[in-house]
Amino acid sequence: MSVLAVRDLAKAFGGVQAVRDISFAVDSGELLALIGPNGAGKTTCFNMLNGQLRPDHGSVTLDGREITGLKPRAVWRLGVGRTFQITATFGSMTVRENVQIALISHHRRAFSFWPRARDLYGAEADALLARVGMAEQADRPAAVLAYGDLKRLELAVALANAPRLLLMDEPTAGMAPKERVELMALVAGIVRAEGIAVLFTEHDMDVVFAHADRIIVLNRGELIADGKPDAVRADPRVQQVYLGGGSTFGHAG
Amino acid sequence: MTLADITIQLLNGLAGASSLFLVAAGLSLIFGVTRIVNFAHGSLFMLGVYIAYSLTDQFGRGSPLAFWSCVLAAGVAVGVIGFVVEILLLRRIYQAPELFQLLATFGLVLVIKDVVLKLWGPEDLLGPRAPGLRGAVQVMGKSFPEYDLVLIAVGPIMLGLIWLVLNRTRWGVLVRAATQDRDMVGALGVNQAWLFTGVFALGSFLAGLGGALQVPREPAQLFLDITVISDAFVVVVVGGLGSIPGAFLAALLIGVIKAFCIGIGDVQAFGTTFSFSKFTLVVEFVVMAIVLVIRPWGLLGKPAGEPRHTAATEAPLKPLPGWLVLGFAGLGAALLVLPVFTQSYLLILLIDVFVFALFAASLHFLMGPAGMVSFGHAAYLGIGAYAAALMVLRAGIPMEATLALGPLAAALGALLFGWFVVRLSGVYLAMLTLAFAQIVWSIAFQWDGFTGGSNGLIGIWPPAWAAEKEAFYHLSLVLCAAGLLALRHIIFAPFGAILRAGRDSPLRADAIGIDLRRHQWFAFTLVGAFAGLAGVLHVFSKGSISPETLGIARSVDGLVMVLLGGVQTLTGPVVGAGVFIFLQDEIARRVEFWRAILGLVIIVLVLAFPQGIVGFLRGRFMRAAA
Ligand SMILES: Nc1ncnc2c1ncn2[C@@H]1O[C@H](COP(=O)(O)OP(=O)(O)O)[C@@H](O)[C@H]1O
Ligand SMILES: [Mg+2]
Repeated sequence: MSVLAVRDLAKAFGGVQAVRDISFAVDSGELLALIGPNGAGKTTCFNMLNGQLRPDHGSVTLDGREITGLKPRAVWRLGVGRTFQITATFGSMTVRENVQIALISHHRRAFSFWPRARDLYGAEADALLARVGMAEQADRPAAVLAYGDLKRLELAVALANAPRLLLMDEPTAGMAPKERVELMALVAGIVRAEGIAVLFTEHDMDVVFAHADRIIVLNRGELIADGKPDAVRADPRVQQVYLGGGSTFGHAG
Repeated sequence: MTLADITIQLLNGLAGASSLFLVAAGLSLIFGVTRIVNFAHGSLFMLGVYIAYSLTDQFGRGSPLAFWSCVLAAGVAVGVIGFVVEILLLRRIYQAPELFQLLATFGLVLVIKDVVLKLWGPEDLLGPRAPGLRGAVQVMGKSFPEYDLVLIAVGPIMLGLIWLVLNRTRWGVLVRAATQDRDMVGALGVNQAWLFTGVFALGSFLAGLGGALQVPREPAQLFLDITVISDAFVVVVVGGLGSIPGAFLAALLIGVIKAFCIGIGDVQAFGTTFSFSKFTLVVEFVVMAIVLVIRPWGLLGKPAGEPRHTAATEAPLKPLPGWLVLGFAGLGAALLVLPVFTQSYLLILLIDVFVFALFAASLHFLMGPAGMVSFGHAAYLGIGAYAAALMVLRAGIPMEATLALGPLAAALGALLFGWFVVRLSGVYLAMLTLAFAQIVWSIAFQWDGFTGGSNGLIGIWPPAWAAEKEAFYHLSLVLCAAGLLALRHIIFAPFGAILRAGRDSPLRADAIGIDLRRHQWFAFTLVGAFAGLAGVLHVFSKGSISPETLGIARSVDGLVMVLLGGVQTLTGPVVGAGVFIFLQDEIARRVEFWRAILGLVIIVLVLAFPQGIVGFLRGRFMRAAA
C-alpha cells in the first residue's frame, strides 16, 4: 500500500483555484518530485498534506489512515516530517538544541519541569546532525547559520521522529548547485536505507532528474503529468508549460 | 426605559464618541506609519484639555469665534508639542525594539503628568461653556445640550476630513503607502523622517483637539491620561489597528454602549441589585474581549501577517558561569545576615525589592521566554494580594495558608483570562491583558462591601512569629529567592525550552507536534501564581491593600523594571526591580515631582541603553573578554 495517497484534493483562495482536484500517491522508499512553475500550487498542496491548510475537498491518507483535517502537530505524530520553503528554525537556540526540542516533543517530555532540556537526548541529536553533515556546527546558534546549513538543520529536525513520510518544500533553494546535488544525494541515501517516502518540490531540474524516482507536474493547480522522469520529460504538455514559461527545463539532464 | 430615554442615551453616546474617535484616529495613524504604540497619547489628550481650559477661560468666553479659535489653537499647540517630541525623542528610537519604544512613551506619560500638575495644580478645573451653545434643545420632550449636538457632528466631519487628507493629497497617499509597506516608501525616495514627524504631529493634533472639545463638558482632571489611553487603545483594537473607519465605528459602538449603561442605572433582578452605571467602567473592556475572541484583528482591521521581528534574536541561553553562581550565592548570604548590621528602613526597602524582583521576573518569563507581552500583569499580583487579605480578614485563615492559597487564586484568575489571551499575539495580546487587568481593578474598586472599594483593606498583618521586620524580611527573602530560582529553572527545563522554541517559530513548533497554545496557557497560569506569591508578601509587608496595587500604573512599573534590566537576560528583571525601587525611593524622598524625574531617567536610559542595563553590561563585558 502507498504511504501517502491523495485523492481529489482542492483548495481555492478567493477566486484563485490554487489546487484543482489532484490525486497521486507515494510509496515507501520512493522519491517523488513535485514540479511546476512559481504559483503552480506546490506549497499550497504541501500545506494541505501536513494539516496547515484545510482542503476545500478531497482526502489525504497516510498508510491507509485518513488524516485530512488533522492539525499539523497531529499529522507529525503519525510520522510526517516537513521542511519549509522558507526555513523555520528556533533562532535563539543552538543547532543541537533545535534537534533536542524535536526529540523532546517526540518522546512526549514537553511538559517536563525537572531536567534541563540541554541534558536530554543530546547523543540522539548529535547522531541526527551527523547524518545530515552538521555535526561540527552543533554548538552554533541557529540564527547565524548559512542558508544551506539551515536547510540541513531542518532536515535533521524533520528526521527526529523517525518519519514514514518526508515533505520537503524546495529543500535546496538558496544553495549552490554542487551543494544541492549533495543534499539530495544525502536524502536519497537516508530514504532508501529506511524506506521513508519523500515528496519534494524542486526548481533545479538537474537535482530532479538525478534523484527523483517519479515526477508529477503541477500547472495552475492542475496535475498535468505523472510518471517516470523520462516519460515526463518527453510529455508535450510539460514541455509546453516549461518552454512557454521560458524556463530552463530544456537543458535538464 | 421609554423611547425618549433611549434616544437621549443614544445621543449622549454619539456625543461622547467624537472625542474618543479623534484620539483613537491619531493613535491609529501613528501606529500605522511608525509602528510605535504611543502610550503618551492619552497624555497629549490631557494636555489638550488643560491648554484649552486656560485659553477658553482667558479668551474664549466672548464670542463663538473666539471660543472655537481657542479650541483649535489648543489642538495646534498639542500638535506642535508632538512635533517637538518626535524630533527630540522618537526619531532616535525607531530602530529600537518595540518594547523600548513603548517604555520611552511611558517615560513621557510620567513627565507630562507632572508638568501638568506643576502648571495647573491638582484641582479639577471646569472650563467655560461654549458661547452660543449654552442652552439645550428639546428632544422628544427631554432636554439635550446644544453643545453635544455640535459634538455629534464633529466626529463624522473629522472622519471626512481625515479621509480627504489621506486620499486626496500626495502626503496622504504617502502615509497610506507607508502604512502598508514602509520599505517601499523609503525606496520611492521619500524623506521618511519628515513623513514620520508629520504623522506624529497630526496624530498629536487630533488627540489635543479631542481633549479641547471636551472642555465644556467635563472638568480637566489629572487622571485623564490613563483613562483616555486605555479607552483609545480599546477603540483602536476593536476597530482594527491602523483602520480609521474602524476606529470611528468602534468609538460609536463603545460610546453608545457606555451611555446606555449609565442610562439604565441600577436594575433589580434575582433579589440583588445590578448596577449598570458601575458596569460602564469595564463594559468597553468586555466589548473588546468579545470582539478580539471573535475577530482577533478587530472589526475592520485586516488579519496581520507574520509579526515583524523587532529585537535581534537572543543568543542561546547558557547556564551561569561558576564565578557568577558563587557571586549570587555570596549576595544571598550577605542579604541573609544583613539584618544583624542594619536598621529597619533598609530592610523595608529590601522587602519591596524582593517582592518586585519576583513580580518582575514572573512578567519577564512571560515577555521573554514565552513571548507574550502583558500590559496588565499587576492583576495577578493584585489577585494574590486581595485573596490573601480577604482570607485573613473575612475567614480568619492564617498567613501560612494564604502563602499557598493566594498564589492559587492568582493562578485561577490567570487560567481564566489566559484562555482568551493565548488566542492572540503581539499588540492585540497585550491589549487584552490590559483589558482583563482593568476588569479586575474595577471589581476591586467598586465592590465596596467585599473589597473595601477605593479605600481598600487594612489591618492585614503577619502572625506573631513573622511580625518583627527582621523575621518578615527573612521570609520574603527566602520565598522570593526560591521563586526566582524556580522560574529560572523552568526556563531551562523542557517546558521552558519549548516555550522559547514556540516564540522563535510557532510554525516549526506546530510542525513538530507541539501544542503551543496549551503551553502558553499553562505558562500564563504558572506565571500568575508567581506574581500572586509576590502579591501575598506585598500585602503582609504593608498591612494594607488598595486598588492601586492592581492598577495600570503598577503594571507599567513592572514593565519598566523588566525593560530597565533588559528582556533578553534572566538576571535583568531582578536588577531592574532593584534599580527601580531604589530610584523611586530616593527621588520620591527628595523631590516633589519624582514621577517626572523617573520618566526622564527612563527616557535617558532608553536612549543610552536600548538593550537594558544588564544587556548593556553583558555586551560590554563580552567585548572586553573577546
Ligand atoms: N494564503 C493565501 N492566500 C491567498 N492566495 C494564496 C495563498 N497562498 C497561496 N496563494 C495563491 O495560490 C497560488 C499557489 O501558490 P503556491 O502554492 O505558493 O505556489 P508554489 O508553491 O507552487 O509557488 C498562487 O496564485 C498564490 O498566489
Ligand atoms: Mg512554493
